[in-house]
Amino acid sequence: MKPAPFDYRAPATLQEAIDLLRTEPEAVLIAGGQSLMPVLAFRLASPSLVVDLRRVAGLGDIAIDDGGVRLGARVRWRDIDDDPRLQTAHPLLREAIAHVAHYQIRNRGTVGGSLAHADPAAELPGIAVTCDAEITLVGAAGARTIGASEFFTGPMSTARRPDEIITELNLPSWPKNRRWAFQEFAQRQGDFALAGVALFYDADQGGRVRNAHVGIIGASDRPQRLTAVETLLNGHAVGEGLFREAAAAATRAVDPPEDLHADAAYRRGLVATLVARGLRAAQRRGA
Amino acid sequence: MQVNFQLNGEPVEVDIEPRLHLADCLREMLRLTGTHLGCEHGVCGACTVIVDGAAVRSCLLLAVQAEGSSVVTVEGLSTDEALTPLQAAFRKHHALQCGFCTPGMLMTAHALLTEEPDADADRIRSVLSGNLCRCTGYIPIVEAVLEARAAYRKSDKP
Amino acid sequence: MIGRNRYIGSPVERIEDLRFLRGRGEFVGDLVKDGMLHAAILRSPVAHGRVRRLDTAAAHALPGVNAVITAAEIGAVPSIPLRLLPLPGTERFLQPVIAADRVRYVGEPVAVVLAESAALAEDGVGAIALDIEELPPVADRRAAGRDQVLLFEESGTNLAMQFTATLGDADAAFRDAPYARRERFQTQRYTALPMEPRGLLAEWDAGRRRMTVLGAAKVPFFNRDTLAAMLGLAAADVDLIENDVGGGFGARGEFYPEDFLIPFAARHIGRPVRWIEDRREHLTAMNHARQADCEVEIACRRDGTILGLRGEVFVDLGAYVRTNGLIQPRTLAQFFSGPYRVPNIRITSTALLTNKTPSGTYRAPGRYEASFFCERLIELAAGDLGIDSAEMRRRNLIAAAEMPYKLARLEPGGPAADTECDSGDYREALERCLAEFGWAEKCALRGRLIDGRYHGIAVACFIEGSGAGPKETARLELEPDGTVAVYVGSAAVGQGLETVMAQIAADTLGVPLDQVRVLHGSTPYLQEGYGAFASRSTVLGGSAVFQGARALLDKIRAAAAARLGVSAADVELIDGRARTSDGRALSFSELAADGLRVETAFANNNRLTYSYGSAAAHVAVDPGTGRVELLDFLVVEDVGRIVNPLTLHGQAIGGVVQGLGGAFMENLVYDENGQLLAGNLADYLIPTATDFPRIRAIALENHPSTSNPLGVKGAGEGAIIPVGGLMANAVADALASFGAMPNQLPLSPARVWQMGPMEEPVGIP
Repeated sequence: MKPAPFDYRAPATLQEAIDLLRTEPEAVLIAGGQSLMPVLAFRLASPSLVVDLRRVAGLGDIAIDDGGVRLGARVRWRDIDDDPRLQTAHPLLREAIAHVAHYQIRNRGTVGGSLAHADPAAELPGIAVTCDAEITLVGAAGARTIGASEFFTGPMSTARRPDEIITELNLPSWPKNRRWAFQEFAQRQGDFALAGVALFYDADQGGRVRNAHVGIIGASDRPQRLTAVETLLNGHAVGEGLFREAAAAATRAVDPPEDLHADAAYRRGLVATLVARGLRAAQRRGA
Repeated sequence: MQVNFQLNGEPVEVDIEPRLHLADCLREMLRLTGTHLGCEHGVCGACTVIVDGAAVRSCLLLAVQAEGSSVVTVEGLSTDEALTPLQAAFRKHHALQCGFCTPGMLMTAHALLTEEPDADADRIRSVLSGNLCRCTGYIPIVEAVLEARAAYRKSDKP
Repeated sequence: MIGRNRYIGSPVERIEDLRFLRGRGEFVGDLVKDGMLHAAILRSPVAHGRVRRLDTAAAHALPGVNAVITAAEIGAVPSIPLRLLPLPGTERFLQPVIAADRVRYVGEPVAVVLAESAALAEDGVGAIALDIEELPPVADRRAAGRDQVLLFEESGTNLAMQFTATLGDADAAFRDAPYARRERFQTQRYTALPMEPRGLLAEWDAGRRRMTVLGAAKVPFFNRDTLAAMLGLAAADVDLIENDVGGGFGARGEFYPEDFLIPFAARHIGRPVRWIEDRREHLTAMNHARQADCEVEIACRRDGTILGLRGEVFVDLGAYVRTNGLIQPRTLAQFFSGPYRVPNIRITSTALLTNKTPSGTYRAPGRYEASFFCERLIELAAGDLGIDSAEMRRRNLIAAAEMPYKLARLEPGGPAADTECDSGDYREALERCLAEFGWAEKCALRGRLIDGRYHGIAVACFIEGSGAGPKETARLELEPDGTVAVYVGSAAVGQGLETVMAQIAADTLGVPLDQVRVLHGSTPYLQEGYGAFASRSTVLGGSAVFQGARALLDKIRAAAAARLGVSAADVELIDGRARTSDGRALSFSELAADGLRVETAFANNNRLTYSYGSAAAHVAVDPGTGRVELLDFLVVEDVGRIVNPLTLHGQAIGGVVQGLGGAFMENLVYDENGQLLAGNLADYLIPTATDFPRIRAIALENHPSTSNPLGVKGAGEGAIIPVGGLMANAVADALASFGAMPNQLPLSPARVWQMGPMEEPVGIP
């Protein structure tokens, strides 16, 4: 399974990389290559040029401040693992990323690569959407920022223009007492999730849910927030009854795909289970 | 294209097509065939090598991307005819049968224990979950890696 | 034997490990020859069709492409013959070495491209214009059975073969039975998936008119003969060389189309040709296995004594009958009853052709499926009759006093139509298993909900018919340095052959292990050989080595006696030296000049020898997700005699994990157009290190085999046999309160979820 032939360039600057993309319509970008290389191996794509970001500086930082958490596009899963600040700065991100793939892939796979690849079952796009993150892209027309939920347009499909390069993912800041959970179900460790739920809420003085964000992966054609479930949760006291209602609402809110691993009914069932378990886990965090 | 990198401590230079992945570069151009290809799409882990200290799937790395890096393969684990403690532990526990996945298992375990010599059985299993084996059922491999930890705790260069 | 056994019975570390651990194994993909070209194969993208146009011009035009070979260049070549069970009627369904005007499965070879690199060869494949007029695909065995669309029009049918296994009078037994139950069961299509894909490196010596092929495995001698016939050469002019082999499990090493195409290509182009299969093509090219469904019934007395088994099994064979394709359907029928006493049996097993990759044997072919079907039926009967699962097995296991015990007669069966369980105490293995597993204590958990999961246990029993004949060959030669070279016709597939044979030779010869060198498999070593399948290497190959070593000792003794001027009875052989009573001695190396060598064969009249055992499992099922966690698994097997406990244990654990893969996750799913959906390792799931960490195996050697001088029985396939049935029964036990009926494998999370409450229990954290 050797790729079709292509040229290769490793530009020194972001602008050079953009120029290459702009002038060569059949070019693709490579960073970690963990998603692109299998695509090339199966000859699902035959680009004329592969543009490697390995020499482009400034894309590998994790910046944490009052504005939130900014992940450079070349930040690897392993860098997220290794950064102790994220334990408090964004525990939901950290927990979700712990489920990504395997040891060797985690040493190479990147934030930007995952966002660009846009697998509907991938963890980071799910976190991005659930947390109202913003994605910065730089292209021939300059830089722009787009909300995560607008960025993902369908399975393996995004709003990125061919000449644009993702440079950063910006997650809003994370308050200390936030309740959160990440629950995923995959057949084996590291497999793509058959379904996954990322959720958080802030509790008010009376222990009622406020600002609920419930996002799912793997159960739709793109990561999505389940606004019906969020509405159901907001303003109510947490408890098993509420969790079950939320779980039931979640099954009605998703339209899961069917594939050789799971049918829609099962994925709906999984979503219910994972929403309920997530809400219980989030509640325990506040206890 | 010309590519220069360090291979098992020695500098090498190869002239290759961009589409050649690192595994094929090692196997076909440099004739180090210990790194094996079991899937070529990044799932089985048989092609695992260590690049700049990190275990990676060499079938998912273009050889040109190894420019300036340090690459270690299974052939570079031992410098003489003796087995390293990790290799000896594999033999003792019968952690290999057909031997095809073994180099990948060794490189992954070596990378893990170098960084985490106290890794417990759950951590070892979790890290090795990215290396497929069809013969052993994994249990003897985990036992071998657990035993090998002692050697990694003792010195910097096992 | 001379003295006490130093090696047999000891956990000797393997000789072959030294090269594997250093990355110095020599798998066929590691080998090169000067001037070598690389081959890639164009395979049919459709399941069923007529080839309208095959245009290779664009491929030829690509730089680096040397040749494109199609049916036109190959001409008339015999189809691939059956190695086993070449029954009349099967000749209609044999696979051609390359598709000419008809394709019958996705993946069928249509053309071979030769180029300067594998990548260029693949480019060449992509440039071939292949136009196929699609025919309706026969998507499953039911469609096949209707005989509306035929894969082979001239034959008039898609029914490849039908077997019947008979014992006593099944109809009478069912007529009079106080209890009977009928059910349907299904095992899925899946595959052996060795970690090394296949490969071949062929070289044609035009001067001497000889063909050499590297990358052989399993049955090099049969394949050598087959290839020679196809190439129009004498067998003596073809060498098949066995290198290191990355797992076989029954699938690698049979004669596939590529086993002709690559050598043909080498002769055609006059340069060595190497072909290395990639994983995507492997999944459509390598033998599939195990897909079967049945409707079967069990008849019992009220006390659980089985009176009869009756029913119909259907095997989805795929598009052609391959070299050993009939083994699964015939074995399924004959061994349906497993280790149980069933006096009345009629099982028919029908192999049907469909537009899928053809199937062949995979570790315990037919037995794994039969055990699933039979153990499920037995468990359902036990439940209906109110009999404990373990007691049900106890009551029905063939007793030691009944040995030899005749199993069902198979028609058409040829020399293997009748078989009998030869020796052993099946009940002893069961009791040991139950005790070590803690069956009595674990019974308290059956069906209980604990911490949000339902618990279940199950037990199953099995037999493994091993040591398939007819024989195996060995040649032993005393080398000038005093070591002994042992050539054996057995094939290494990763099972530790070199070490096990060396142990047997070293102990028999009374020399240290490092004084023995084992060479195996390659056709130049021996006049004939039979190979590695049906767990026969230790039984037959080991016995041949043993026999040969004894004979070599006799020759050494005689030669020493002649040299030392004494009678042979006065010569003592110890530790590589021949000594007289008055203290004179000669070392083996001093005797080597006499050219001492022995060639021998060990035959067993095609009588199988049966390993046997029991296995038990404890699972916890998560009703919210359908995940099944295996909390404990124990298999106990009596193998007659243990040569190397280390490698034996490896076979058991490895076999169990393969069985678990089949029970829970492996599935070659096809769509209604005959397209394989599980076409890569992200979709075809095999167990990883985190899936099944708790497996125990105990080996017994309480009842040696009487079929060979070593007393050994085969041990490569036993542990896998009960796994499917065991997992299904354990899940059924766990979800019994929901009436769960796990009658279909694999037990994927979706399927298990559907059998349960399909929601979480109330009040769970």
